[in-house]
Amino acid sequence: MLTPDQVLANYFLDTRCKLIEIAAMLDRFDRAVSAGHSQTNGKQTAVEPPQVAKIYQALKLLSQPNPSNANRSEQILLMFSDLS
Amino acid sequence: MQIIQPHYHAIARTAQDYERMAMSGVVAVAEPAFWAGFDRHYPETFIDYFRQISEFEPTRAAEYGIRHFSWVAVNPKEAENTHLSREVIRQMPDFFQNPNVLGVGEIGFHKTTRNEEEIFEAQVDLAMRHDQLILIHTPHLQDKVRGTRRTLEVLKHLGANPDRVWIDHVEEHTIREPLNAGYWVGFTLYPITKCSPRRAVDMLELYGRERILVNSSADWGPSDPFTLQECVVDFRRRGHSLQEAVEIFHNNPCHFLGQNPKFDILPIVIHEQSLPVSN
Repeated sequence: MLTPDQVLANYFLDTRCKLIEIAAMLDRFDRAVSAGHSQTNGKQTAVEPPQVAKIYQALKLLSQPNPSNANRSEQILLMFSDLS
Repeated sequence: MQIIQPHYHAIARTAQDYERMAMSGVVAVAEPAFWAGFDRHYPETFIDYFRQISEFEPTRAAEYGIRHFSWVAVNPKEAENTHLSREVIRQMPDFFQNPNVLGVGEIGFHKTTRNEEEIFEAQVDLAMRHDQLILIHTPHLQDKVRGTRRTLEVLKHLGANPDRVWIDHVEEHTIREPLNAGYWVGFTLYPITKCSPRRAVDMLELYGRERILVNSSADWGPSDPFTLQECVVDFRRRGHSLQEAVEIFHNNPCHFLGQNPKFDILPIVIHEQSLPVSN
């Protein structure tokens, strides 16, 4: 297992890249909504579709410290699961 | 380092993939029967597909020094057509005699419907009656948790031996229950969906290496057969020894698949020789 410094050295830049991809995707979505492209197959899209709501829910989880069990990936997978 | 790709859909991949896999240390692949991207209409189409993966693909792999094994099954998606599935299942035992066929797979759930369950049960029963290994697909994305739980309930109800069952495509939220129940589990490493190479190493560090198989993704969709090698590199980069890597990426497939004597590749132990001291 790596030390904390090694984890950052190995994975920081890649993680930064993925966060920017998330930001860019959300910007793209907002621009599309602003431009009036919110019609899909003739139906008006909700202002915040469930997929976008899930992304914000996941980002909220990531913004919180989680020192005890470090299971953020598991929690996000469960957020995106149909448990019915 | 010698690697085994335990879940590889060779019919969807090129000869160049075989060549590059051989160059990167792959010595064997095992090919489960899967969905072709469209629903087939005739049992004969399945039978020819089984012939392709059990008779023809081994010759293609052998061109590159790679051993090729296969599994036969009606996949979960096409199991929705129970009449067609029953016709195919009736003919599957003929393939158990093939020298390269290891068992029944991949079977299980796609949307966890009643029809899927009927055909899943029929195939588990067939495998148990013919003493075949079982490879189980678990559903994608939001359906994975529900499908995995139902899979475990069905297997328990049928009395399947966990040592001979491999539950594939587990992720962080579905790994614990199958492992705790004594089954083998598999990580499938895709560029976007399912698991990534790094998350696979995280789970290996959390859960150990017992009863865990790691597969690349190799099919007709967005996939990459070399995610397995990426995983090996990340595992070694985190300081784990070569022998530990061999145990996971070569020897674990030998231990599980080798329960069928047709799979005759043996586990490897790395032994360093000391050089003679010159005077």
